[in-house]
Amino acid sequence: MMESIAAMWSALPELLRVSLVIQGKILLIIVPVMLSVAYLTYAERRVIGYMQRRRGPNRVGYYGLLQPIADGLKLLSKEVILPTNANRFLFLLAPILSIGPALAAWAVIPFSEGWILADIDAALLYVLALTAIGVYGVIIAGWASNSKYAFLGAMRSAAQMVSYEIAMGFALVGVLMAGGSLNLGAITQAQEGGLFSWFWLPLLPLFVVYFIAGVAETNRLPFDVAEGESEIVAGFHVEYSGMAFAIFFLAEYANMILIAALAGVLFLGGWQSPFPDGTDGLHWFLVKTAVMAFFYLWFRATFPRYRYDQVMRLGWKVFIPVTIIWIFVEGVMAWFQVGPWSV
Amino acid sequence: MSAISRFFKSFLLWELLKGMRLTGRNFFSRKVTIAYPEEKTPKSPRFRGLHALRRYPNGEERCIACKLCEAVCPALAITIESEERDDGTRRTTRYDIDLFKCIYCGLCEESCPVDAIVETSIHEYHFEQRGEQIITKPELLAIGDKYEEMIAADRALDAPYR
Repeated sequence: MMESIAAMWSALPELLRVSLVIQGKILLIIVPVMLSVAYLTYAERRVIGYMQRRRGPNRVGYYGLLQPIADGLKLLSKEVILPTNANRFLFLLAPILSIGPALAAWAVIPFSEGWILADIDAALLYVLALTAIGVYGVIIAGWASNSKYAFLGAMRSAAQMVSYEIAMGFALVGVLMAGGSLNLGAITQAQEGGLFSWFWLPLLPLFVVYFIAGVAETNRLPFDVAEGESEIVAGFHVEYSGMAFAIFFLAEYANMILIAALAGVLFLGGWQSPFPDGTDGLHWFLVKTAVMAFFYLWFRATFPRYRYDQVMRLGWKVFIPVTIIWIFVEGVMAWFQVGPWSV
Repeated sequence: MSAISRFFKSFLLWELLKGMRLTGRNFFSRKVTIAYPEEKTPKSPRFRGLHALRRYPNGEERCIACKLCEAVCPALAITIESEERDDGTRRTTRYDIDLFKCIYCGLCEESCPVDAIVETSIHEYHFEQRGEQIITKPELLAIGDKYEEMIAADRALDAPYR
C-alpha cells in the first residue's frame, strides 16, 4: 500500500509535486489561521464579557464553543445585497482585496526554526507591502458601494491606516537595524539568549509604538473610527451584508492575529524560549501570539474611542517623532558600539 | 514640576495602564450574570404577576361580584358580569382580564374586600394565539387552585406589612 502510493508520487512530474507540496503547506497554515480567526471572535466576546463582569456567550455547545460556527452559518445563509448602481465587480473585489493580503502575509512568518513557507530575504518589506494593500480593499469598498456614507467612512479609515503605516514602518526600521536583516527568521535568531536579549527591551519605545500603530492599522478599538459600533453605524462596509460583510471581519481578525504574531517574532523572540536553556519551538510562538492578541481584547474592553482628530494627532505628532528619535539614538549607539548592537 | 511629571506620565501611558489594571482586575472578579432558565433572581412575596381567583378552603369561590376591582382598574382590563345564584348569593358569570391591557398595578388586589382576585408571583407565561390574552373566569380559578399554596404563603409573608 505504502509502496504503491510512493510509486504514484514519484511518477508525478517534478513541477506538479513541488506545487502540491506547497499547496499542502499553504493549507496547513491557512486552516489553523482561519480557525483561530473564528475562535478569536469567540475569545473576544468572552474576554470582554469577563472584564465587564458578565459571562459572555455560553449557550451554543459546551461553554459556547460552537458560537463562532453558529455565527458563520447565520452569515452564510444571509443574502448578499448588491446596492443599485454599485459597481458589481469592484464591490465584490473589495472584500477579497482585504482578506487576501491578510492571509498572504502568513507566508513569511517563521513558526519555528525552519518552519516557514517562503524563506525570503525581504520578508519584512513583503509584510509591510501586503498590509499596505489592505487599504485598497477599504477604499474600493467605500467607493464601489455608491453611497456617500460608505465613501466618507472609506476616506476616514484610509487616512488613518496610511498615517499609522508610517509609524509602524519606522518602528520596524529600528528592528531591522537591531536585527541586521529583513529576513524574519534571521531577526528571530538575532534575539537568541532568553527574555532579556529579545528586542522588546532595547527597543521598548518602538515596541509600544509598533503595537499601538498595529491596533490603529487594523482599525481596532480605541482607534475604530472605521466601524465605530458604539455610536455610528459603520464606515466603509455599511452597504455590505451576509458573507461579503463577514469577510471584512475575517480580514480584520486575521490582521489582528498577524500583527500579534509579528510582534512576537520581531520583539519577543518568535519561537525562542524566554529561559536561556529552555526548549525552543512552535509552542512559544503560539504563546506569544496569543498573549499579544489578548492585549487587543484587553484594549477594547478598557479604552473609549479616540476622536478622529486625536487619532491623527497621535499618529503624526507623537508616534512618528518618537520612532525617528529612537532610530537616531539607536544609530548613534550602534555607531559607537555601545549597547546591545554590534552591527 | 507638575508639567514634567505630566509629560512623563503621558509618555509612560500611566493613565492607560491604570485603566487596564481596572479591567484586568475585573477579569477575575465574580460574574454577576444569572444564567436565567437554570438560575433565577429572588422574588419578593409582593411580586405582581399573573392573576388568579382564589377559593375558600371549603371550595366556595371568594368573589362576590362587588365589581370594585372593575371600577378601580386604571387600564379597564377587567370585565365582570354577575347573576344571583340559586342559593340567593351573588356570583360572577363572567370575569375576564385582558392581560395586554393590564398594567400589573395591583389595585384590583388591594380593592378586593374578600381577597378573591390576587396577583401571583408567576411571570413566565405566554400566548400562542390571538385572543388568548383575555383570560376567563374558569382559567383564573384554575390558576388559583393550582397555585393556592404559593399564593397563601406569599400573603402570609406580606401580612405584617398590610
